[in-house]
Amino acid sequence: MKRTFSTLLLAAVLGLGAWLPAAAQDKAPATLSTTVATTASGTPLVMAQADDAKSAEAKPTAAPDSATVKAEAAPDAPAADAAAAPPVPNKGDTAWMIVATVLVILMTIPGLALFYGGLVRAKNMLSILMQTMMIFAVVTVLWVIYGYPLAFGGDGMFYGTLDKLFLKGITPDSVAATFSKGVYIPELIFVAFQCTFAAITPILIIGAFAERIKFSAALLFCVLWFTFSYLPIAHMVWYWAGPDAITDAATLEAVTANAGYLWAKGALDFAGGTVVHINAGVAGLVGAFMLGKRLGYGREAMAPHSLAFTMIGASLLWVGWFGFNVGSNLEANGVAALAFVNTFVATAAATVAWSFAEWMSKGKPSMLGAASGAVAGLVAITPACGFVGPMGAIVIGLLAGVVCLWGVNGLKRLLGADDSLDVFGVHGLGGILGALLTGVFASPSLGGTGVFNYVTNAVSPDYVILDQVWIQAQAVGTTIIWSGVVSVIAYKLVDVVVGLRVSEDEEREGLDISSHGESAYHS
Amino acid sequence: MKLITAIIKPFKLDEVREALSTIGVQGITVTEVKGFGRQKGHTELYRGAEYVVDFLPKVKLEAAVSEDLVERVIEAIEASARTGKIGDGKIFVFDLEQVVRIRTGETGQDAL
Repeated sequence: MKRTFSTLLLAAVLGLGAWLPAAAQDKAPATLSTTVATTASGTPLVMAQADDAKSAEAKPTAAPDSATVKAEAAPDAPAADAAAAPPVPNKGDTAWMIVATVLVILMTIPGLALFYGGLVRAKNMLSILMQTMMIFAVVTVLWVIYGYPLAFGGDGMFYGTLDKLFLKGITPDSVAATFSKGVYIPELIFVAFQCTFAAITPILIIGAFAERIKFSAALLFCVLWFTFSYLPIAHMVWYWAGPDAITDAATLEAVTANAGYLWAKGALDFAGGTVVHINAGVAGLVGAFMLGKRLGYGREAMAPHSLAFTMIGASLLWVGWFGFNVGSNLEANGVAALAFVNTFVATAAATVAWSFAEWMSKGKPSMLGAASGAVAGLVAITPACGFVGPMGAIVIGLLAGVVCLWGVNGLKRLLGADDSLDVFGVHGLGGILGALLTGVFASPSLGGTGVFNYVTNAVSPDYVILDQVWIQAQAVGTTIIWSGVVSVIAYKLVDVVVGLRVSEDEEREGLDISSHGESAYHS
Repeated sequence: MKLITAIIKPFKLDEVREALSTIGVQGITVTEVKGFGRQKGHTELYRGAEYVVDFLPKVKLEAAVSEDLVERVIEAIEASARTGKIGDGKIFVFDLEQVVRIRTGETGQDAL
């Protein structure tokens, strides 16, 4: 069975590879015209995650930025030609997005790999590292083949289009819209940046079924889930055509009508509270239920084998998260700085909150608690980082530390599932908390940025916290249900095709030896 | 000839080795072991999971000595390994039938 599966997989990959260049050539001319048409038609080619609100902060800096762009373009061509010339991305923005993308890769491999790896028993260390590296690689390839087009490649409520299949028509000159009118970044770096998000999200899930899943099952599930849960949620929350086309109520309505389902509702998710964390947290919880508990769970000691690795991993996550959150601004400007400070202080606050709460309730402040608190804070500030003020970020962080500590204790016992590395307790719960609190602290009355109106090019004067929290709750609910349903079906399917769990003997021996034929440590 | 086996606290190993060298013991074998006795284990807490660790790390040392050294070896180990707190360990003494030095083929007392 195992062999059959890998052979099929290989055949599929090879087949795809052979077909890809041909298909790309076929349609290349057609796509080219669409991409370049951006300015001509007045519609920005690519969208980016954001809503009206996000650009609120982007706006103040937008004026200087676009001025720069024009200044650079001016020397080359007379003023008359400048209008028709293709948009030129700002080099500072571009450089920042390249760095941000690398930072997210760093937080995944090795950051997340070590954070999770340290938490399992020594006999399963390599299985975690291998699942992380392979899922990262597989999703990266799938992203440029069909992931990016379906998530960001065109209008639609739940999915994009296949117009940019195989990145058709995307050239070094293609640009992606940002949150400021007239400001762009190269579309290729937008593809890469979003690729890292798509790759890290399924890897978050593996913590929930760690130490007992078949390697083939982990891969197959992640491919299915990426295709049917990550891509549509990313599209629903983040897809819009960009701000350039919005000049009055009618154009705003047109852009909104073509945007993703949750974006159109006005849901705020700066860097992925719903798309990444709730999405993955729910899939993890479903997995923990469907795979069942590890052998000996609750009876045998399953202590983490290296909290030193876990601390290193958590720290790399913290560093890399600056790329994740700040890069989500797509521009290197004042809002980027706001997202940076928020990511910094919310995480610190959550670390403090978790540690002190643990110290008071359990008697000792643990290293694992501090590392977990940091991750909980990072998760919770993710949807909020470009919308709230630093004091709002501290409150979000403090609450995240305490709530997620409960998530891995009281809530975990309540749910009764063996979520090995607490994916739901930290990412699911922290994501939900952060998404809802974004609606609260984005309010200008609480130091937030409010929601930006691209028609008036100013922050909307009326921000009603309850209304926004309700919108946030709808986004949270949609994500939970969508990811939950897709996960149940995907796990079932994987169970039928390759089987979910390794045999009892293999589980006892450890996945390193039984699935990969090697050991992490030799004495 | 006797084989003396002692279970001691790991951090006492150096003191014990020194005490044994001083009285003329030519060599010992040391193994890291785990076990339990009257000393209680401890509790470890990882997020929501609590584990009682019963087996504590100890060091086992073995020394083959001639009859005349036995009492002094026991005294030396007792004195150097004692902290006065529970968990200091135990000393076991066995009769030793034969000893062979592999390199030279010497046996018995000569091989010690």
